[in-house]
Amino acid sequence: MSDNEPLLSVRDMEKHFPVTKGLFKKQVGAVKAVDGISFDVFKGETLGLVGESGCGKSTTGRLVTRLLEPTGGKVVFEGEDITHMSQGRLRPLRRDMQMIFQDPYSSLNPRHTVGAIVGAPFRIQGIKTEQGTKKAVQEILELVGLSPEHYNRYPHEFSGGQRQRIGIARTLALKPKLIIADEPVSALDVSIQAQVVNLLEDLQNELDLTYVVIAHDLSVVRHISDRVAVMYLGKIVEVADRKSLYSVPMHPYTNALLSAVPVPDPKARKERERIRLTGDVPSPLNPPPACRFHTRCWKAQEICRKVEPPLAELATGHQVACHFPENAPDQTPAPAATAG
Amino acid sequence: MVTYIIRRLIGAVAMLIVISMVTFGIFFVVPQWAGATPEALASRYVGRAATPETVALIAERLGFNDPVVVQYGRFVKGLVAGAEYDYGAGVEQCPAPCFGYSFISGQPVWPDLVDRMPVTFSLAIGAAILWVLAGISVGVLSALRRGSFFDRLSMGTALAGVSLPIFFTGMISLVVFSYGLGWTPPGGAWTDFTVNPAQWAYNLLLPWITLAFLFAATYARLTRAGMLETMGEDYIRTARAKGLRENQVVVRHGLRAALTPLLTLFGIDFGLLIGGAVLTETTYTLPGLGQFAILAIRNQDLPQVMGVVLVAAGFVVVASLVVDLLYAVVDPRVRLS
Amino acid sequence: MNFLDVKDLKIHFPTDDGLVRSVDGLSFGLERGKTLGIVGESGSGKSVTSLGILGLHKGGRARLSGEIWLDGEELIGASSEHVRRLRGKKMAMIFQDPLSSMHPFYTVGHQIIEAYRIHNDVSKQVARKHAIDMLGRVGIPEPARRVDSYPHEFSGGMRQRAMIAMALSCDPELLIADEPTTALDVTVQAQILDLMRDLQREFNSALIIITHDLGVVAELSDDILVMYGGKCVEYGTTEDIFYRPEHPYTWGLLGSMPRLDREPTERLLPIKGSPPSLINVPPGCAFHPRCPYAERTKGKADTEVPALAETEGGHLVRCHLDRAERQSLWENEIKPVLETQ
Repeated sequence: MSDNEPLLSVRDMEKHFPVTKGLFKKQVGAVKAVDGISFDVFKGETLGLVGESGCGKSTTGRLVTRLLEPTGGKVVFEGEDITHMSQGRLRPLRRDMQMIFQDPYSSLNPRHTVGAIVGAPFRIQGIKTEQGTKKAVQEILELVGLSPEHYNRYPHEFSGGQRQRIGIARTLALKPKLIIADEPVSALDVSIQAQVVNLLEDLQNELDLTYVVIAHDLSVVRHISDRVAVMYLGKIVEVADRKSLYSVPMHPYTNALLSAVPVPDPKARKERERIRLTGDVPSPLNPPPACRFHTRCWKAQEICRKVEPPLAELATGHQVACHFPENAPDQTPAPAATAG
Repeated sequence: MVTYIIRRLIGAVAMLIVISMVTFGIFFVVPQWAGATPEALASRYVGRAATPETVALIAERLGFNDPVVVQYGRFVKGLVAGAEYDYGAGVEQCPAPCFGYSFISGQPVWPDLVDRMPVTFSLAIGAAILWVLAGISVGVLSALRRGSFFDRLSMGTALAGVSLPIFFTGMISLVVFSYGLGWTPPGGAWTDFTVNPAQWAYNLLLPWITLAFLFAATYARLTRAGMLETMGEDYIRTARAKGLRENQVVVRHGLRAALTPLLTLFGIDFGLLIGGAVLTETTYTLPGLGQFAILAIRNQDLPQVMGVVLVAAGFVVVASLVVDLLYAVVDPRVRLS
Repeated sequence: MNFLDVKDLKIHFPTDDGLVRSVDGLSFGLERGKTLGIVGESGSGKSVTSLGILGLHKGGRARLSGEIWLDGEELIGASSEHVRRLRGKKMAMIFQDPLSSMHPFYTVGHQIIEAYRIHNDVSKQVARKHAIDMLGRVGIPEPARRVDSYPHEFSGGMRQRAMIAMALSCDPELLIADEPTTALDVTVQAQILDLMRDLQREFNSALIIITHDLGVVAELSDDILVMYGGKCVEYGTTEDIFYRPEHPYTWGLLGSMPRLDREPTERLLPIKGSPPSLINVPPGCAFHPRCPYAERTKGKADTEVPALAETEGGHLVRCHLDRAERQSLWENEIKPVLETQ
């Protein structure tokens, strides 16, 4: 981690999907999948993005890699504003920014050999390698724990964990600077998850990679991340370094999430104090006004329904958007509150 | 739900307008691009025997020298309000809906079409009932006994059904059942339902079966595929876990879902068929719309051809509209969008 | 005799590629009011086991042997009609994905009413009242209105509640939940786990919960059965499995999981390789290709199938290593690494 310029910088990023209704497809609203989020990712670190379904974490991944175009805000990668960059101009940048997807079954073309899949980035970007593409691909295969002999095999000949390794190999081909991993292990068996998590960490050390890991599994995110951002209904509600987020969570939602994770310790289940949220996450089509969590929050008061709490830094590197945070003094709605 | 219906209705009307434009274009505009003069168009109206002077006169009277838009407007006006055709020797009335006036037969097209509709309707409805019943039951049984002798036999027969053309199966069955065994009437027999329902059914029996065989084959194969897929769904497992009897599982949970996609196909098939079962009607010499179309083409009777094309296209649009509305009733998820 | 007794259950499927031994000699018992967790990875045979108990294993091709005793009745030898009558009434099941497990064309209420009326000779009105009552009991707000909703109009958590209402509608004595929370969000998972715990207490049913998530079984189970390659490799009380595990596979599972209740480790301790395909289960001990201690078995690992032997107090382990060695490995090598994390 370094405190210099961030590799990726996101400011007030928004993605609203229009919702139409009636005869003339009049726009009646928008699904605010991502509704004004800001964060930085520094070189060599791993930022974890957690939240439940519909919180906008996957959309965020697609926005920063520009698989989707933001409807508002700014995405800056290596000092360059890529928010509305054309696909043609994005192409060279795609070398530096790669994505790993959740499903190792559907994201690999079953008709292509492993060699063709992992070698495709070279061909697409028109890159000549010293000893030829094949050699380069085989080196990458070894790097991710596959054998060079796998070059001519097809995806269906591999197990789920190996397929995810192929997917990782493909993203590594062009030595990217930033990798966005969207639920990289959630489709895998427990014993395989651990292999892939370790692999991602080893690769980060060896190749000096920067990760944004998007996942719903709080324990995986804690294991792999340096800093963690918690999302709820299109907003970031808390960002902190891993240690303080997990040991002194401030946002009630983060507390509830952590408390909800079943712990593999039968004695602890009797001792643990639980926070149980009622109901489901509201629809991002009509998110609750002001603080979006107030409908499920046990600490909610009148102000939470009226004034949206800003994402404020309450401890070093620990930003929270809450009027009544846990483990910190109440953020009375003083006009002085500043966004971080 | 109401918006859905209105939107589909508007879509159907728009589709009909587009079809009328395309049909009009094919018969009037494209020939002109290809170099046909207004006289050449007019000659198709009056037959080849007419003198060049008559043809030129007719071309003028029928407005073939006017701009295309004006001609199309006149055509649409005729559909809605009727038209009069003045070809010198007198004025022919063509009341609404005027699908054109055939100078060869000396009659407006629409009444001719109306005359022939009952034949085609009778043929299509009877055959549709047969093929739906046969196709679905064979398909379901095949799916439930996949790999059995019954499955292989029926799917083999279905393959034959799909690949054998109607003029072949029709001829064979005519030769065997009518001329050979004498069980069914010979081709060309037609009695209106209102005259004698039993005779109506008896006369149509062979055409029904022949036509149904073709479609039943397709429906059996699709039903089988749909059932195989549906019976592997999670909700089928749930239905069994509830303790439902297997026949309830198959009919209430399996079939309902498996048949929904078939509804769309049925709408299009049935719509096409009531616009004229050309091959069946020709093979059995039944005086329906399909036979009418063939005769019109043979006589180069442009208004008749155009009329039958428009009516057939209209049936397909209406049938698929009905199916789309039914779909919303069957599948609640459609109502949302 | 237990309420449920499964003895030497085998479920084999002949396929073109060979015989799939999905379940290969499984035995366990379960009392009313108790919860058994069956833990395993994909292809361990855990789901087939549950389908086998309900008589829902696919098709006539499956070969079933062994005994399943439910409340004094043997089910494998019973007529399929008899088992059908028990399904949904005496034993019921909750599935993983509540969206695909409910029929998309019928309302939630219709599906619960259907389940209730198969086994109870009541009018539609009575069944409807019962359905509304059940929806209310599983925590669905405004049940009288929601009873007429379709599954796609429910959120994921509400759908799983509705599934539970449907499974419990006939007051079953045995409830099997196959990955009931895997498709749900964390906060909703916690709600559903609480609900299942409360309802089990209320209905006093025997509950089998099938999952890959050790956290979920730790929350709910009294006993745990760990499956690998179609066989039980370790069985014991929840305390046995979490505090005194003796099988290297169980150690592997515990080491693979990042845990929120411990300080984070530098590295996870994964199991090498992948779970076996059930067509080619490795000879001898099915786990031996992935076991770090396979060389210590004096050549028995790949030749001899280890017996499921009792260590003490009903704790069963299927391993070639002797008990003393396993205990010393756990105490000296595994546990310290897992705990100092």
